[in-house]
Amino acid sequence: MRKREITSKEITESVFARIDQVESKVRAYLSLTDERAYTQADRADKAIQSSKEDFPYLLGIPVAIKDNMCTEGVRVTCASKILQGFIAPYNAKVINRLEENGYVHTGMTNMDEFAMGSSTENSSCQVTKNPWDINRVPGGSSGGSVAAVTADECIAALGSDTGGSIRQPAALCGVVGLKPTYGRVSRYGLVAFASSLDQIGPITKDVTDCAIMLNVISCHDPKDSTSVDLPVPDYTRELGRDIKGMKLGIPGEYFISGMEPSVEKRVREAIRTYENLGAVIVDIALPHTEYAVAAYYIIATAEASSNLARYDGVKYGYRIKDAGDLLEMYMKTRDEGFGPEVKRRIMLGTYVLSAGYYDAYYRKAQQVRTLIKGDFDKAFESVDAILTPTSPTAAFRVGEKTQDPLQMYLSDIFTISVNLAGIPGISIPCGFTESGLPVGLQILGKHFDEEKILQAAYAYEQATEWHKKKPDID
Amino acid sequence: MPDNWGSRMNITKEEVEHVAKLARLALKAEEIDQFSQQLSDILTYAGKLNELNTNDVEPTSHVLPVKNIMREDKVSGSIEREKALINAPDRTEEFFRVPKVIENA
Repeated sequence: MRKREITSKEITESVFARIDQVESKVRAYLSLTDERAYTQADRADKAIQSSKEDFPYLLGIPVAIKDNMCTEGVRVTCASKILQGFIAPYNAKVINRLEENGYVHTGMTNMDEFAMGSSTENSSCQVTKNPWDINRVPGGSSGGSVAAVTADECIAALGSDTGGSIRQPAALCGVVGLKPTYGRVSRYGLVAFASSLDQIGPITKDVTDCAIMLNVISCHDPKDSTSVDLPVPDYTRELGRDIKGMKLGIPGEYFISGMEPSVEKRVREAIRTYENLGAVIVDIALPHTEYAVAAYYIIATAEASSNLARYDGVKYGYRIKDAGDLLEMYMKTRDEGFGPEVKRRIMLGTYVLSAGYYDAYYRKAQQVRTLIKGDFDKAFESVDAILTPTSPTAAFRVGEKTQDPLQMYLSDIFTISVNLAGIPGISIPCGFTESGLPVGLQILGKHFDEEKILQAAYAYEQATEWHKKKPDID
Repeated sequence: MPDNWGSRMNITKEEVEHVAKLARLALKAEEIDQFSQQLSDILTYAGKLNELNTNDVEPTSHVLPVKNIMREDKVSGSIEREKALINAPDRTEEFFRVPKVIENA
């Protein structure tokens, strides 16, 4: 574009042509915003014509947005009936950041309802398919954003990650997904699920794009009091720097029995690649790992039950007809508006916060959270970053885990601790299973050390070809 | 199934009904049955946390050392009334409209 060899309009047209071609199979989008996209593309092309240099990072680049980030004038539903017809009256901070950087908004992507799920099957709207095998799930909850990137239905996307919702689908679809440190990116305008865990992050085709997207969305925002006032480095700066001598920790707790053997094999091979690149591999222990899922499902559901109290049929979204009184209107609107997984989590969260159970469950889980965070603090005293599998299995079949919520929860076993500790994590593709499904390698870093994990991810990407493989969607 | 299952939790239908009322959910009979079973399963699994002695452990509610962020007490812009009302399921003039709250005398 800079060389004026291609215009934003042409890129945008090619993205929408691709959507026309594959979307009936993939079903990544809940709504398309082509009119908005072409207006933005036009603006970008004019900016390129009139100026010589200093283009913003995303000028004219088509980006897909998970359907839980408010975009003024656009329908935002969280894939839930209860937000039916909701038009966002303001922009999330990340959307303002993208606009300031000249992006083109392709549309809103499918997700598990309110980001609660690991397969995108909890959407009340449609089931998104994994572009590598349309009988399988893309992972979740940011399954739509990840599938759109994988199927070339956008150049990059934003997702949100509360317990693995960016990294797990990125692994299952063979693309790059990063959850930044808690507080790195403003949550203003992100529909809240579990406020102490939620974080917005990029989903991209390679590590360089990931670093560029992180440059755009990272900032301090007074409107999110948990966003942190720290300088934002240029995240592309460390890409390409030698990783010789970098200390990479391998936690034994992340190589459990019950893991898919070919997933473990690919991850072990990736560790050897790092050794060949000159990294120092160190065995480490994260002894409280096995308690993470239990602690997470108490903390996340407790916060969700409180955050989702706002959906009452009064100010926006769905409302049942002909309620006799206000209480009946609340109760029936919520029963009809929320799907089964969301109700299950509201119930669990309400239970653990209710009188008599608060200490036994909620406080206990927060204490265990301290122990889990302490494991990472200790590990990072002796290593620069940690390598693990992103998910214990490759993509599972549509419908395979929907009947057993606990089994579905356990598919997040390797990603959840990261949210509890608030540290950054990235998933990058590291090969395929025997049946041709992508496998993800997870790299974890210290708080606000995104540069290190991007440097490590880039070094691996340069040494391998996995990120260049494309699914054949027919 | 995961290892280390503690003692079995049993969430009765009455407890489910009570929690549903707190959560403002008018659950149907089959949902009550299902949640009674599923919440029992999940809470039994959560019982795993009791294997850990946490007597001297401080709880973590927030991972970063950030406390009491204040802003200057200054009026700044907010969403205009008409914009705030565009999504109202029911309204009258500049108000949200809801079913009656107070019984007729």
